[in-house]
Amino acid sequence: MKPFKLDWLILPLIGALVVIGAWHLLAGKKVVVKDAEGNVTSEERVGAIAALPNVKETWESSKPYVMEPFAHRGELDQGILRFTWLSLILVAKGYFIALLIGTPLGFFLGLSKAFTKMTDPIIQVLRPVSPLAWLPLGMVLFLGAGKNASDLAALFTIAICAMWPTVLNTAVGVRAIPQDYLNVAKVLKLSRWKTLTKVMIPATLPYMFTGFRLSLGIAWLVIVAAEMLTGRPGVGGFLWQQYNALIYEQIILCILMIGLVGFVLDRLMSVVERRFKTA
Amino acid sequence: MSDYVQLSNLTKIYPTPKGPVAVVKDFNLNIKKGEFVTLIGHSGCGKSTVLSMLAGLNDITGGGIILAGKELTGAAPDRGVVFQSPCLLPWMTAFENVKLGVDQVFYTADKEEREQIVEYYLTVVGLGDSMHKKPAELSQGMRQRVGIARAFALSPKMLLLDEPFGMLDSLTRYELQQVLIELWRKDKKTALMVTHDVDEALFLSDRIVCMTDGPEAEVGDIIEVNFPRPRERKAVMEHPDYYPLRERLIEFLEIHAHKNKHKQAAAAQPPAPSATVTPPPPKPQLPLPVNAPAKESLLHSV
Repeated sequence: MKPFKLDWLILPLIGALVVIGAWHLLAGKKVVVKDAEGNVTSEERVGAIAALPNVKETWESSKPYVMEPFAHRGELDQGILRFTWLSLILVAKGYFIALLIGTPLGFFLGLSKAFTKMTDPIIQVLRPVSPLAWLPLGMVLFLGAGKNASDLAALFTIAICAMWPTVLNTAVGVRAIPQDYLNVAKVLKLSRWKTLTKVMIPATLPYMFTGFRLSLGIAWLVIVAAEMLTGRPGVGGFLWQQYNALIYEQIILCILMIGLVGFVLDRLMSVVERRFKTA
Repeated sequence: MSDYVQLSNLTKIYPTPKGPVAVVKDFNLNIKKGEFVTLIGHSGCGKSTVLSMLAGLNDITGGGIILAGKELTGAAPDRGVVFQSPCLLPWMTAFENVKLGVDQVFYTADKEEREQIVEYYLTVVGLGDSMHKKPAELSQGMRQRVGIARAFALSPKMLLLDEPFGMLDSLTRYELQQVLIELWRKDKKTALMVTHDVDEALFLSDRIVCMTDGPEAEVGDIIEVNFPRPRERKAVMEHPDYYPLRERLIEFLEIHAHKNKHKQAAAAQPPAPSATVTPPPPKPQLPLPVNAPAKESLLHSV
């Protein structure tokens, strides 16, 4: 199709409308059952997927959370942005720990072949483990922390799951430092510290930031699992609570919110990443 | 006067799956202070290996190098290296690239002095207006100018040039040879250059050392180049000795190419078609536009 005016706006809108339309067609709706005299006897849901709330129901049920996004009515009854904020803080902490551990670890892996051989099998085994599996271990590890145990376990899970892209990308970046740059450092007899800060780290930065971006994506992905299992207030915890309370409309609200935030985070990181793409 | 640089029985052996191969064997060369010496030879003859051992980027297997009365151990900024690719750090401006080395060598000087040194050398190589640009914004020739400025700004005991103009087009190459020869004349640096460009060698050097083909490369022939200095390209090319010397160099390179061919032909049974097996014939890399008029003028003078 030929590009036309405003296609960047119109085409995504059409896509969104199609998906919403399909959702509405599949979703159930409430039907009132009346007896012969016209008295309401019961209500029941009909539709292809009867239990799935439709668009209108989702909106009406979500309204208080969206229209008052910062309300605080109770620990697990807060505005959606307030929940998101709580989740973001937790993710930020876990993500920060992941970078703090992952970047130097990746650097060592890139520098030392022996260290790579030593740790590579462990990394390859630990990397695919799901956050759902890490969390219980985290709970056990921080059993002694008492009230904070679930928070620490959540942080542990986010950090350990989100770390790997940073570790692996940094290692690749260090291995890819052109010999030319290292020769310059050698010929000028730069100290180890100067070689690291003036040559090796700048040369690795583009790779590191690719790792950072992927890690952030994973950290955000893990938050839901972590909050579900610990029952912390946040978008993930709210989602799980509403499911248990049979309020299905707000599950959809949470999913939309998680997706939106993930998208925005990724965009922000790619802006940062592009800034570090040196020639 | 004793020699400033002494390479004695310099040997480089690389282990290969078929056993150790001596790329360079018992290579001897003495260079006087302030002399410009060029190593010339075919690609892969080991001339770059000699240079990188001098630079300290390649370990020495046997023999040794003495520079200004001291045996060399490893790399240090007392030798200014100009690499074939300029090797600038892309996240730093031209200024910062040069300053990285200057800070390292002149750490006792104050900041202002160091910056003056950087500015001076960048201006001399003709980058006065673009010293705060990143390498990506500079042309290949300008980047190599930065490379030259970086080497000279270290105030090294010796300059090492590894095919410094090999990646440039002929016009830029001539410009930069001029830049190099002028800086060299001002600073009186002892220099060793590696090249396979016959005209470049003749224009810049006091002495040309022809290397035999590797493995086990050694000094084949030494040619003294006595064109008066300061040199100017046209005058050099019109000098009566220029073409005889050039012939001698090319002949040397051709003989060694042929010797290699015979070796290979003998090794291969039956003799393989020469077109596929022999190394390419020596390329004197004669850029026509400049050379043609020079030839003409020679004819006229005859």
